Amino acid sequence: MSERLLLQMQQVSAYYDQIQALDTISLEVNLGEIVTLVGSNGAGKSTTLKAICGQVKTTGTISFLGKDITRLPPHQTAKLGIAHVPEGRRIFPRLTVKENLEMGAFQLKNKKEIEEQMEIVFQYFPRIKERLHQKGGTMSGGEQQMLAIGRALMSKPSILLLDEPSMGLAPIIVEQIFEIIQELNQTGMTILLVEQNAYQALTIAHRGYVIQTGKIILADQAESLLENKQVTEAYLA
Amino acid sequence: MSHIFSALPQVLVDGLTLGAIYAVVALGYTMVYGILELINFAHGEVFMTGAFIGTGLLLSMGAFGSALPAWITLILILILTALLTGLLGMGIEKLAYRPLRKAPKLIPLISAIGISFILQDLVRFLAEWKTGNYIVTGTTLFEGKLTIPFSSIIGTFQNATIKTNTLILIGITIAIMFMLDIFVNRTKWGTAMRAVAQDQETASLMSINVNKVISLTFFIGSAIGGATGFLFAQQYATIDPYIGFILGLKAFTAAVLGGIGNIRGAMFGGLLLGVLEVFAAANLSTLTSGVFGSEYKDVFAFAILILVLIFKPEGLFGKSAKEKV
Ligand SMILES: Nc1ncnc2c1ncn2[C@@H]1O[C@H](COP(=O)(O)OP(=O)(O)O)[C@@H](O)[C@H]1O
Ligand SMILES: [Mg+2]
Repeated sequence: MSERLLLQMQQVSAYYDQIQALDTISLEVNLGEIVTLVGSNGAGKSTTLKAICGQVKTTGTISFLGKDITRLPPHQTAKLGIAHVPEGRRIFPRLTVKENLEMGAFQLKNKKEIEEQMEIVFQYFPRIKERLHQKGGTMSGGEQQMLAIGRALMSKPSILLLDEPSMGLAPIIVEQIFEIIQELNQTGMTILLVEQNAYQALTIAHRGYVIQTGKIILADQAESLLENKQVTEAYLA
Repeated sequence: MSHIFSALPQVLVDGLTLGAIYAVVALGYTMVYGILELINFAHGEVFMTGAFIGTGLLLSMGAFGSALPAWITLILILILTALLTGLLGMGIEKLAYRPLRKAPKLIPLISAIGISFILQDLVRFLAEWKTGNYIVTGTTLFEGKLTIPFSSIIGTFQNATIKTNTLILIGITIAIMFMLDIFVNRTKWGTAMRAVAQDQETASLMSINVNKVISLTFFIGSAIGGATGFLFAQQYATIDPYIGFILGLKAFTAAVLGGIGNIRGAMFGGLLLGVLEVFAAANLSTLTSGVFGSEYKDVFAFAILILVLIFKPEGLFGKSAKEKV
């Protein structure tokens, strides 16, 4: 089991000035898994992802591939292979779609490697290819989400951290995106998926955690969580 | 009135010369503003420091310098000046702005004004110490003059004279702008610079070291501003530690005119302001029947600043693409 352990958070707390947003969270993601972290608005889901990639100050230990990354800033965790698709997509609005993708590949040195990776992204998101020279900010929400995931894939990451990819999108687009997430996982990508949309997330995940006001209150196989009374009442109503 | 028309060629030549200087200095303001939303008021002083460094290098090269072909000396001095002022700009950011990055906007502005005074006084001290006077007249690398026969194109035009120095100034500043445009729009680090300007937090998720990009921005803006300072010294012969103040304000006006944060806008704004100002200096007295003389040209430039701020605060080329976030 331990050689499959990719990402581990142990007793992690996080603060915004004086306000505590995470309270001694422990969480693990194994190689090849989809793990989901579900919880309501303000529970601390985004903060958990920010803690992993170094966007907020934390106490406790976070390790990635056995290396302590607790104090690394975001540009260094990104170099190690952690690709974070932030909440609200955060496409660079005045860069073209192609430039957005190139920024995703900022750490790759080899031009050919970048082109190959772009082709792989086009296979998952054919619509991106048609819009390469359009400004990122002019695309629809669904397209921006696809571009955000594609941009993250450009760095050839070892793990994808997805923060509410379904947010504000029409159900049919959400379905497409979840299908692609599953497809990505089937080709070997490890994924940590944060969602308010608990039902859909638990349906595609292997394991899940439930977070409430900064604490993990449940951790189990995804199927079990889907049947758990506490979960169905609070999040799947 | 016909005099206004016939003198147009010379106005254009002089206006573009001044405008090219404004444009390059404006780039320094606009690039930094684009990334940090900070008006780097010390930038005019970096330009002035460049004028002194370049002139100092030229004077201290003495006999060795005069043995070299003038164009080699020119290029050597431009590169050295750019390097030194680039490092100066980077140092200013690190010392005076970075520790204040989370502070309210007014605080780094005051820090910038402090840096301006330090640079003015430091340069004044060094200049007086070395030459006995803080007003310094350098030697000219290129003495020649050229007459462009505009009168043979249109009969009513007068010919324009143009110094070799002026041609060099215009040529080099245009080359600088051209290269900067390519750098910002076509290279990986240039794109990273635009990405950081749009969303620092997300740029850092792409493994971009935001502090490094900010340093690079200051380096480039200050290097080209400083090199232009030396070209200015060559063009106008005499410099003092206070040339950066008014010139900086005007370059800032040019940046606002083109839409602060907009690189091509700053280039255009600089050229436009230069031409308008020289036109005003040449013709204000004629146009107002002697009420306003050419000494009002500065008022003219700042009146433009105020009008733009009132009627089109986003500048002539303000950011257009509506952002969807
Ligand atoms: N930048 C911030 N400054 C202060 N408090 C914040 C900040 N971001 C989030 N919080 C607080 O931290 C808690 C967790 O927020 P967040 O992780 O964004 O929740 P979620 O992603 O689950 O909706 C909330 O109480 C929120 O108000
Ligand atoms: Mg969130």
